[in-house]
Amino acid sequence: MRPFAYVRADDAAGAVATVAADPEAGFLGAGTNLVDHLKLDVERPGLLVDVSRLPLDAVEDVEGGGLRVGATVRNSALAADRRVRHDYPVLSQALLAGATGQLRNMATTAGNLLQRTRCVYFRDVTTPCAKREPGSGCSAIGGYTRYHAVLGASSHCIATHPSDMAVGMAVLDPVVVVLGPGGEKRIPFAELHRLPGDSPERDTVLEHGDLITHVEVPAYPAARNSAYRKVRDRASYAFALVSVAAVLEVTDGRVADVRLAFGGVAHRPWRALAAEELLRGQPATEETFRAAADAELAAAEPQPGNAFKVPMLRGAVVAVLRDLTTAAARAAGTGEDR
Amino acid sequence: MEDTTTREAAWTRPPGGPHRQTVRLRVDGRDRTLEADTRTSLLDALRDGLGVMSPKKGCDHGQCGACTVLLDGSRSLACLSLAVAVDGSEVTTAAGLPTDGHLHPVQQAFLDADGLQCGYCTPGQVCSAIGVLAEAAAGHPSHVTADLDADVVLDAAEVSERMSGNLCRCGAYVGITEAVLRCASDAAASAASDPAAGGAR
Ligand SMILES: Cc1cc2nc3c(=O)[nH]c(=O)nc-3n(C[C@H](O)[C@H](O)[C@H](O)COP(=O)(O)OP(=O)(O)OC[C@H]3O[C@@H](n4cnc5c(N)ncnc54)[C@H](O)[C@@H]3O)c2cc1C
Ligand code: FES
Ligand code: FES
Repeated sequence: MRPFAYVRADDAAGAVATVAADPEAGFLGAGTNLVDHLKLDVERPGLLVDVSRLPLDAVEDVEGGGLRVGATVRNSALAADRRVRHDYPVLSQALLAGATGQLRNMATTAGNLLQRTRCVYFRDVTTPCAKREPGSGCSAIGGYTRYHAVLGASSHCIATHPSDMAVGMAVLDPVVVVLGPGGEKRIPFAELHRLPGDSPERDTVLEHGDLITHVEVPAYPAARNSAYRKVRDRASYAFALVSVAAVLEVTDGRVADVRLAFGGVAHRPWRALAAEELLRGQPATEETFRAAADAELAAAEPQPGNAFKVPMLRGAVVAVLRDLTTAAARAAGTGEDR
Repeated sequence: MEDTTTREAAWTRPPGGPHRQTVRLRVDGRDRTLEADTRTSLLDALRDGLGVMSPKKGCDHGQCGACTVLLDGSRSLACLSLAVAVDGSEVTTAAGLPTDGHLHPVQQAFLDADGLQCGYCTPGQVCSAIGVLAEAAAGHPSHVTADLDADVVLDAAEVSERMSGNLCRCGAYVGITEAVLRCASDAAASAASDPAAGGAR
């Protein structure tokens, strides 16, 4: 591990200035991803600026509805927040499907969004990886691809973004609030994470020195009927093979509103806009759900080792939407204000 | 990992300076201080720096839970925390749990329910179990909690899910789950008879 200097940030602006001034500096959240990468030599910062104790640890109500989640709110605290559980169950469920009790107690909201791929070649410095060393090629192509992308990949990188929370957030259209060297930026969540293209070393659109300070989740009443479903190799404590986050509103048996996002299948949380478009106004039936999943997956380009993800994802989409249709009917039947 | 050790030698290690810092911790009720390289994990600081051997190193990458300690009361992985980053914190390891020579009720339950074989994972399991009981008492849901709006009741499925971050190579899971369940029902019983006790913190 390369030696590094460590400072604990007192305020966000100071943290940004310190990192911006030093090309070898980086932010440290709880370290559950970064410390692992320091040990593996995947990350070699010269200076770590610890932002985990900045006073950004509150989940605040926003006037007019919605929540403002501080960057250092721990995953366990966000998952347990009564407002999140009631108004955005998809987000609580996504958080609770990730990692373990210990890791969720430690992990921060910003760190979770910016965690890096679990691609085995990215994590092994003895193998070529264009995400780690630009231009060195992709060892996963033609290699072990069980956890790799089937959508939006490139010949330079087929890694997936491993976060569950980010997939749950993707259907809520939040805004990521960033303090950069040039001041505050507000980045729509859908624009934060990138596809690999020919520069897979960049996971997000953030620039050096950009500090995430908050994630603002807008009011979205339909999200009370939402869910996250994760399919994995073990019932607990495993990264997603595929996952689906969904919001569904059904009126008179038809899809009034729907949002869908996939995890485990792309370089970023994959918002399934084509499927959503196809579903809107259609009867809430398994046939429609399957057709919508197929429309989104028409562009899938699986590797020999992960072709199973296409039917697996189709099944997960149908299952989640079917469950949410049942839940919507039950809520309508009881007249419950979901 | 083998390879990183070789690479490490290539980096110069300046003595003192910005790469060493003083770390102050309260460990198992005692104030402790050490000079640590900034790269030192809390786990190495405890074991190699302070001789606190109760937390174990299983994987050193956050995957096994053997290093679980209570950090300012919350179960955490010592192997993924930098010692400098937890400077000023209170650390409780399984060795710090007994009071007046008596095992902590969770430790006793592990013995009574046969929740261990070789014992290597046990200090981490015990700290994690204390965290599970506290989190459930605080109403935190889990992945298997069916109704997120309802209160939490620990059953075998809940305990298995919540303890999934602690691997046991000996496969003592049946006893471990039983031990945690017994503690949960004891806590519920004492909370019922004495509301002020309120179960685990
Ligand atoms: C064994 C294991 C299993 C796991 N399983 C899952 C799983 O199933 N699902 C899942 O979703 N996750 C899983 N995780 C990953 C875990 O969720 C992440 O490690 C965690 O969320 C990262 O948060 P952190 O605060 O520790 O970030 P850190 O490790 O501290 O930082 C991660 C990155 O974010 C940057 N960063 C941190 N804060 C900020 C900020 N405010 N602004 C800008 N940059 C910042 C850091 O510079 C770093 O690049 C697992 C991890 C482990 C070790
Ligand atoms: S040693 Fe920390 S989790 Fe395995
Ligand atoms: S008792 Fe041996 S590893 Fe758990």
